[in-house]
Amino acid sequence: MIIRGGIIYDPTNGIFGEEMDLCIEKGRVVEDAKGEEIDARGLLVMPGGVDAHSHIAGGKVNTGRIMRPDDSRSGVEPRTRVCRPSTGYTVPNCYAIGYRYAKLGYTTAFEAATPIISARHTHEELEEIPIVDKGALTLFGNNWQVMESVRDKDIAKLSAFIAWGLRAARGYGVKIVNPGGGEAWGFGSNVKGIHDTVPNFDITPADIIRGLAQANEMLRLPHSIHLHFNNLGKPGNYATAIETLELLKDIKPSRMRQVVHVAHMQFSAYGGTSWRDFESKAPAIADYMNQNSHATMDMGQLLFGSATTMTADAPLEYSNARLTHNKWSNLDLELEEASGVVPMIYFRKALVNAIQWAIGLELALLTKDSWKVLMTTDHPNGSPFVNYPEVISLLMSKPKRDAEMATLHEQVSKRTVLANVDRELDWGDITVMTRAAPARVLGLEDKGHLGIGADADIAIYDLKPEDVDPSMDYQLVKKAMATTKYTIKSGLIVAKQGEILAVPEGRTYWVDASVPKADMDRLMIDLNEKFEKYYSIRLSNYMVQDAYIPNPAVIKAGLELESGSLVKEVA
Amino acid sequence: MIVHEDVICSFCGCLCDDLTVEVEDNQVKRVKHSCRLGASKLMGHDRIKTPMIRQNGELTEVSYQEAYDKAAEILLRAKHPLLYGWASTVCEAQKKGILLAEEVGGILDSTATVCHGPSVIGIEEKGLAGATLGQVKNRADLLVFWGCNPAEAHPRHTLRYSSNVCGKFTSEGRKCKKVIVVDVRETRTSKNADKFIRLKPGSDYEVISALRMILSGKAEILPDEIGGVSKAELISLVELLKSAKFGALFFGLGVTHSRGRYKNIDNALSLIAELNAQTKFIIQPMRGHYNVAGIGQVAAWETGFPMAIDFSRGMPYFNPGETAACDVLARQDTDAALVIAADPASNFPRSVVEYLAKIPVIQIDPHENPTTFLADVVIPSAVAGIEAEGTAYRMDGMSLRVKKIVESSYPSDEEVVHNIIASVRRLRSNVIVEGGT
Amino acid sequence: MTAHYLASDNLFKRKDVVVITKAIMISGRTLAQGAGCESKMTQEYFQAVSICSFSEADYKSLVQAEEKNVLIRSRFGQAVLSARMDSGLPEGIIFIPMGPWANVLVGPDTGGCGMPQYKGVEVEVEATASKVLDIRALFSDIGRIEA
Repeated sequence: MIIRGGIIYDPTNGIFGEEMDLCIEKGRVVEDAKGEEIDARGLLVMPGGVDAHSHIAGGKVNTGRIMRPDDSRSGVEPRTRVCRPSTGYTVPNCYAIGYRYAKLGYTTAFEAATPIISARHTHEELEEIPIVDKGALTLFGNNWQVMESVRDKDIAKLSAFIAWGLRAARGYGVKIVNPGGGEAWGFGSNVKGIHDTVPNFDITPADIIRGLAQANEMLRLPHSIHLHFNNLGKPGNYATAIETLELLKDIKPSRMRQVVHVAHMQFSAYGGTSWRDFESKAPAIADYMNQNSHATMDMGQLLFGSATTMTADAPLEYSNARLTHNKWSNLDLELEEASGVVPMIYFRKALVNAIQWAIGLELALLTKDSWKVLMTTDHPNGSPFVNYPEVISLLMSKPKRDAEMATLHEQVSKRTVLANVDRELDWGDITVMTRAAPARVLGLEDKGHLGIGADADIAIYDLKPEDVDPSMDYQLVKKAMATTKYTIKSGLIVAKQGEILAVPEGRTYWVDASVPKADMDRLMIDLNEKFEKYYSIRLSNYMVQDAYIPNPAVIKAGLELESGSLVKEVA
Repeated sequence: MIVHEDVICSFCGCLCDDLTVEVEDNQVKRVKHSCRLGASKLMGHDRIKTPMIRQNGELTEVSYQEAYDKAAEILLRAKHPLLYGWASTVCEAQKKGILLAEEVGGILDSTATVCHGPSVIGIEEKGLAGATLGQVKNRADLLVFWGCNPAEAHPRHTLRYSSNVCGKFTSEGRKCKKVIVVDVRETRTSKNADKFIRLKPGSDYEVISALRMILSGKAEILPDEIGGVSKAELISLVELLKSAKFGALFFGLGVTHSRGRYKNIDNALSLIAELNAQTKFIIQPMRGHYNVAGIGQVAAWETGFPMAIDFSRGMPYFNPGETAACDVLARQDTDAALVIAADPASNFPRSVVEYLAKIPVIQIDPHENPTTFLADVVIPSAVAGIEAEGTAYRMDGMSLRVKKIVESSYPSDEEVVHNIIASVRRLRSNVIVEGGT
Repeated sequence: MTAHYLASDNLFKRKDVVVITKAIMISGRTLAQGAGCESKMTQEYFQAVSICSFSEADYKSLVQAEEKNVLIRSRFGQAVLSARMDSGLPEGIIFIPMGPWANVLVGPDTGGCGMPQYKGVEVEVEATASKVLDIRALFSDIGRIEA
């Protein structure tokens, strides 16, 4: 296949809007190819989108579907020749997730939080999501074994547990959510800061975060730790954010990447002492990000309208339910985690919501280096991912932001600086934030770019960058970004002008990290005891079996590998 | 002899995964650690021998292919077929069932409809604050069994997960726990209780409302007796609930089958949410069939809805009370039924069964049962968890992979449904070709 | 159980005076019912499920020595069951294991939520000399006669 005459954005390879042909063969970008030609003359061409933080599969997502028939009833679309029916808006069914990502030009999406014990469920859903490649981050921040190894300052054993946990869950990386808080929630409390003591474990959230970061680097995992801060969603929590980032400054990354990725920073960039004097601290966070280079973040942009909040931060969801008097689901997971789900509507006329909306945009616009900021809505916490075009058009157009601001509470311009931010992102920035940076942050070497050998995941938009001024033509931008002219996945046209043409099965990435046998043997003594005494499931029934990963893409990591050598097997 | 360890029991929603099963000559000879229900299932029962089609009133032996084709013909001929059951089979079969329902424009419903369907509707109203069974084991010091009788329906629940097990913060086991049973009658479960509260039948809603009022400080406006229970006793019950470090309420069909149905559950879920302002409290339905939770999960991720899904419009439509199995049968709004891993002839109200008897019925099941009396096509299948592997969801939503421990000549439910889909597609394309010529 | 009255002949087709009592029927799981639910054609299942339990007082007042069976009728149907005593039951409440015999008494109304009311069914009970129908007989009037 040859894509002729597109205006290519490929920031990883230093290409920003050059007219080039792209050749594809056997699912990869190659020097030269024959066959079908796609006329993309003058059109915007990017690598397929990569979503590094999205709640798309597993217990929480399905709980959202079950408790929200109102949501499932919206967005209903019938079967077609190739498609199963679609349902839902904030919590779409599996098929809709795949089709809608593909129509947006996204070809990879990572589920953001999977407890090991319920990973089988996550993979059952991932398998049903068509088209996109996927993976799932694994939760470690409230796990008894983690906390005990941290308490014993046994980073080697902790590394062995991470390797074991990633294998058990067929997980991709180390996710940490409100460390220590999930354990405290087991008896209905929470931790209040990173130096608070976790009940019954004689350690602090700071100990857990540092321990997991050290082990993550000891294992040379492709992704860094992926952190949902303590105190998330609370006024004044920007101090916790900066205090936590300071904690990790001295840790050396084992790969060319960040040491920590901060999930949905919008929810952790809050000032004020209560919702009454709530204000943006995005400028302080952006300053910190500008002065330091060990961290990346994703926006967690909030948009007005319906959302479904879902997180392993169970105490937060309980607070959400109390605050909104909305329905509330919770699931505590033995020895490992907790979680909660609460539907939410963000109101344009609610001052707090309007400030939250502004904070996400401020973070992206005030952080100078686009490579440090991934565009997300923390789907479906801030808004469903189908609204990415709205976020893109906001980031690219000051007039659009001004028009929006004019509809909001007057206090928004006092409690945020957004009105004074003139920066407008260009197509290069957008390509970085939606493709190149997420792939780099995750450590997916063949994603997010269009160099020779890259996966032939390509989005062609019906928009001529040379003719369109995104600042003024923001409606055009939003419309064009909502539906690709072509989405190509592994060299196959999967969507054309909003119609799904093919539904290949995507691959599932997981990380197989090796550790010294002696450490694994020591670990298994601990784990055997836990399964004998405390788990309600036997060890032999616990691990996710091969049957649940029909199309695996295994990335090797671990202690026995030479530095920098990365073996990738695609079965 | 082969000894299989850590076998998962595919009987009830406890999904106990610690059974030892001895197999000799491809037959289960001995089952250890299981309860009577699990042992009965694993030791096996008389089987339907071959596929059958009813001819001149008699079920007559046919080949599997003939049975698949006949089933497909019935489903294609029907305007609004019902595909019912799905609880005592694995998720892999359920997924195929949803695809089949889509292809024939039918209604898919599960046995939850006559079990914890009202609980699901309650969750739609209020959400559910739950925990895995291991969390309960390790932490719960107060257990309430409301309208459920695990001693007879989930015999190992108390021993593995709840009142009579030791865990990390419950190392003294039964001694460090309080057990409360609320029911309309004394049961084997209530004999294990520290406190038994007897309600009048059908008064769950009033009693839960009273507890919520006491909890919110409005006890003074309550009458002296609610649902057969004295106000003083309810006040002391609330004190007990509040005193727990970790409370867990398990409820069963006593609540979902009684007057008020889903409103009882809605109310109970609200009570638990409100208790969390005082202490830690969770609530869980006691799911019956081993994978009835699974069909809810699979249906939700595939269609957005957990049960009672009507595909006749080409896309999922969900409205229990309209699209649930008993409703469509009572309304005579379905003209054929595929029944898999269930026995509606026994378990539905008689007048509903009388209509089921009037429409063509396809049965997929390992065992003969009264639904066989009504069936026009009978397709015997392998028993999942013994003769076929696959995924099942425990009552708390944890999934496990049930195992195959003996070989079987019967096709799995997944294969049966897959083959019916193939027949449907082939017959339909034949019709299209014929139509075109 | 309190309401005792004379049955009219046309209701119960018996010439003698019988004691009719009103009760609330609940159906539910039992161990034996569960153990038999995949072997419903067996005598064990029949014995486990075609029974009705009464409180001690109700049992004594209702069940005569020579007639261990009871006829139970609701608005929706009637069934003959074998009577048992269960000291855990309060007076006025009878229990039948879930299954086809209990469901003869259950109505189709789901109250708009898909679920029939399997518990709390108002019934009348009388002792009877009639036999309990076995599982085939129970379905003989609605089973298939022709394809």
